[in-house]
Amino acid sequence: MAEPLIVVRDLAKHFRIAEREPGLWGALKSLARRRYRTVEALHGVSFAISPGELVGYIGPNGAGKSTTIKILSGILVPSAGECRVAGRVPWADRVAHVAGIGVVFGQRTQLWWDLPVIESFDLLRDIYRVEAGRYERVRDELVTLLSLEALLDVPVRQLSLGQRMRCDLAASLLHEPDILFLDEPSIGLDAVSKLAMRQFVMRQNRERGTTVLLTTHDMDDVEAMCSRVMLINHGTLLLDGTVDDLRSERRRVVVEFDGPAELGDAHAALLVSRQGQRVVFEVPGRVAEFVASVTARYRLHDLTVSHLPIEETVAELYQRAPDRAGELR
Amino acid sequence: MRPGPAAPVLYGRLVSQSIRAQIQYRLSFLLMSVGHFVTSVVEAVGIWALFERFGMLGQWSLAEVAFLYGIVNVAFPMSEALARGFDVFGAQFVKTGDFDRLLLRPRSTVLQLAGHDFQLQRIGRLAQGLIVLGWAIVVLDLDWDPARVVLLLYTVVSAVVFFYALFIFQATLSFWTVDSLEIMNTLTYGGVETAQYPLAIYRPGFRRFFTFVVPLGCISYFPAVALLGIDDPLGTSRAVQVAAPLAGYLFFALALVGWRAGIRHYTSTGS
Repeated sequence: MAEPLIVVRDLAKHFRIAEREPGLWGALKSLARRRYRTVEALHGVSFAISPGELVGYIGPNGAGKSTTIKILSGILVPSAGECRVAGRVPWADRVAHVAGIGVVFGQRTQLWWDLPVIESFDLLRDIYRVEAGRYERVRDELVTLLSLEALLDVPVRQLSLGQRMRCDLAASLLHEPDILFLDEPSIGLDAVSKLAMRQFVMRQNRERGTTVLLTTHDMDDVEAMCSRVMLINHGTLLLDGTVDDLRSERRRVVVEFDGPAELGDAHAALLVSRQGQRVVFEVPGRVAEFVASVTARYRLHDLTVSHLPIEETVAELYQRAPDRAGELR
Repeated sequence: MRPGPAAPVLYGRLVSQSIRAQIQYRLSFLLMSVGHFVTSVVEAVGIWALFERFGMLGQWSLAEVAFLYGIVNVAFPMSEALARGFDVFGAQFVKTGDFDRLLLRPRSTVLQLAGHDFQLQRIGRLAQGLIVLGWAIVVLDLDWDPARVVLLLYTVVSAVVFFYALFIFQATLSFWTVDSLEIMNTLTYGGVETAQYPLAIYRPGFRRFFTFVVPLGCISYFPAVALLGIDDPLGTSRAVQVAAPLAGYLFFALALVGWRAGIRHYTSTGS
């Protein structure tokens, strides 16, 4: 296995937040005496990412995803722990570090609001000191891949969210970084834009070998794109593995009986819902045995087996988080 | 040296982009410029009215005060035009989190903010300052030998640098608190108001503050006394009066040191 490109060890970050009581009186009181509350955004996160990986970073709101991305991009200094990206400590030499990475925030554009897209690109060429010939080649390639031809002369403020995301993706790659951080790239996108985003990022990863770390709420993003997934909650990594690790052993079995059926105790115990002849079971494992026993006992019209939606497994993992975090501390 | 444009070239491109963006809204640009002009003319008329009633301000004639006023009102709008990025920093970059965007680019944050929004519309106030200064120069009938011309230019540049530094201090403060910007406004806009009048008319404590803490007098009053060729009622020598504007550059250097501390604070709190 290659040397890791990104190494994070025991990363911790806590914020001191000034507490303010509501209203004018509260504001005045806080002037005289400030009360602080410490929020632990990350405690002891460790992982390593090899060159060419495409890693999904998931967790509920406030889990610590954005904090991690900000530290990796050099705009936030951690309270403790180590972090190296391409051999550099991100926050130690910000300018050198950010020249080698691309970052896209789904909620916020990196482009100039009032300028046509192409002029934003030209300014980025100057800011990143991209040599003119190389810039034109990379830009034209990105324009083709992301179908930006018709958007280039449009001011950024007039773009739809999906169009803007495509332009932002192009903007983040004009200087050909080896590492790409995507923070919620699919937020608010329609289905077509979402697919275009995914395909483009996967292609960039596959063909240019760009290492990608992306945060998302959308499990479909993770299933479609990521070979590896890290799950964080309450500032602690709960899982670092493949997408299959996110799936539980449990299966959902939907049965449609041919005529009324009286369930036996063993089967009734697994029942989730029943609507007339249509019955949904959740089976904790050995699904083949279950199917065999059902088909042997009842007359069936139809039977389907499916994975539990990944969201449900993930939601369960999130709920288990406080206990796990407690054990680890 | 890495390829690609050096800082001054990039600055020029950012500024030209910002001017082009403003000119897109031609009517709004014209109205804003005229608005700045009219506001500042009304202000100047106020001062004139004051003299109509009282004749002299201390030992200063109307033309002498107009000269001082002209210097300040030529320098300040230039700073305002150049330092807009710092002026709106708290509201447009810290509150919104947009400062992250600047940190993600491999260039100095000062350079990026300096090129953020070149406020061409301040030309309205600049025009008013130039008119008042021009009128004072004509009425005062001073001997404009090269030394005096250089001293005037050096005074104006120093004043621009000083006001720029005030905007950087204001921006730096917003790393800690966005809500207390009014305090800084008393220094920037209040400072301009103060600098328009001879320092000698103020109380000693006030004078010391605007000489040694916020060296407003050093970039306006003292060099103006030298330029006018009059004796300083505060008793400073010509050498001190001519050297005084250097305080503007020192103040600027301090502002940059403060700015760095502000960024360190921002990157450790992330808000």
